Amino acid sequence: MIKNRIIPLLLLKDGRMVKTIKFDKQGFRDVGNPSTAARVYDAQRADELIFLDISASQEDRKIFFDLVRQVAEECFMPLGVGGGIRSINDIREVLKIGADKVIINTAAVENPKFIMEAVQKFGSSTIVISIDAKKNENEQYEVMTHGGTKKTGLDVIELSKEVEKIGAGEIMITSIEREGTMRGLDLVLVEKIVESVKVPVIACGGVDSLEDFKRGFLRTAVSAISAGSIFHFTDQSPIMTRNYLFNQGISVRP
Amino acid sequence: MIAIIDYGMGNLRSIAKAIEYVGGHVLVTDKVNDIKKADKIILPGIGAFRDGIAELKKNGLDLELKESIIEKGKPFLGICLGMQMLAKRSYEFGEFDGLGFIDAEVVHFNYDVLNGLKVPHVGWNDVIFNGSHILFRGIPDSCDFYFVHSYHLVPSNKMLVAATCNYGVDFVAAIHKDNIFATQFHPEKSQKYGLKFLENFINWQC
Repeated sequence: MIKNRIIPLLLLKDGRMVKTIKFDKQGFRDVGNPSTAARVYDAQRADELIFLDISASQEDRKIFFDLVRQVAEECFMPLGVGGGIRSINDIREVLKIGADKVIINTAAVENPKFIMEAVQKFGSSTIVISIDAKKNENEQYEVMTHGGTKKTGLDVIELSKEVEKIGAGEIMITSIEREGTMRGLDLVLVEKIVESVKVPVIACGGVDSLEDFKRGFLRTAVSAISAGSIFHFTDQSPIMTRNYLFNQGISVRP
Repeated sequence: MIAIIDYGMGNLRSIAKAIEYVGGHVLVTDKVNDIKKADKIILPGIGAFRDGIAELKKNGLDLELKESIIEKGKPFLGICLGMQMLAKRSYEFGEFDGLGFIDAEVVHFNYDVLNGLKVPHVGWNDVIFNGSHILFRGIPDSCDFYFVHSYHLVPSNKMLVAATCNYGVDFVAAIHKDNIFATQFHPEKSQKYGLKFLENFINWQC
């Protein structure tokens, strides 16, 4: 039976690992060295790891390849890497230095043709599309890009269906309003996406407790939940999270 | 030396690093001469079928693989797409010929039997061994390995199936034929037991 996944999230800014609140780059907290964190998560048998260079698109530069390399060296678990990935060569490069999947956000909105090419080249299962959502003045979930700084006018459901159609293998949905707040996942948003697409969905943004992981998996058909703060700032670890969920009868790796 | 075939699209460092970790000597290469010198060969797998085969053919790697694996019988490990490319035919984004080392086809998961399960099949799932094989030594039956794929291999000879997995339907998780072993799962990403599997491959004398 396929297991629900718990995915620690590492955010990178200026070469340091940080934790933001609601994507605010000013109010970020420095939480240490990414490769040390990767080593710890590998030892804790995390199901997967996601590593995002959050300021790459905003600063119009490529991801820090050296840091990806260092993080990848510590991982014997699947590693998804994102931030500023805009070309087939970028993808080839991160796969070559140790990533297993790439996570594409801004380029998915700006250049759908690139996503199609990437899927044709690397297969659907290598391409994860990350969508950052924020409720607009009409209470609709709107897609934001460039690290949450740019409005697009696009509806999250429409974009989810669109990227599924052009071959994305997974969709990672982040609630900007919940991100870093530890106020709980936005399960309404997650459910909307999960119901709209046939590809696996990774929910992200706001996980506040082990019960929140449980609620997420019980109330929605989400395939994975990704979290940063709860692992950085509390004493919960991926392995403890899985033990808790396992004892609650949720399908996770023992 | 174990040659890891670089056809421009695999997660090459992941697999090389895992082999080194368990004590193997690897060379990531796209050169025919390196493959000739190798004792063992790994064809890693991330990518789409058509482009994978095209890249192998472009560099003449397909012919050397045939020479090394089929004629000379060097121990071979195919992973994910590296397994699927052994088949005669794939239906990924059309219909394409594979290397043809195994009489098999590569097909998409059938949504009709998945009961709402999502595709690609991504994540950890239990692998059921079909009898014992030396590459599974020290690994408990039904333990979890990491998968990420939308297509799976269907061999015409079911005797070749070394392990299965269930995702709405039972599908082939590993095949074995003489000196060829191949997995749909990613041992290099499957932590403890994945590394044990790769260690067994390094020690495999077939």
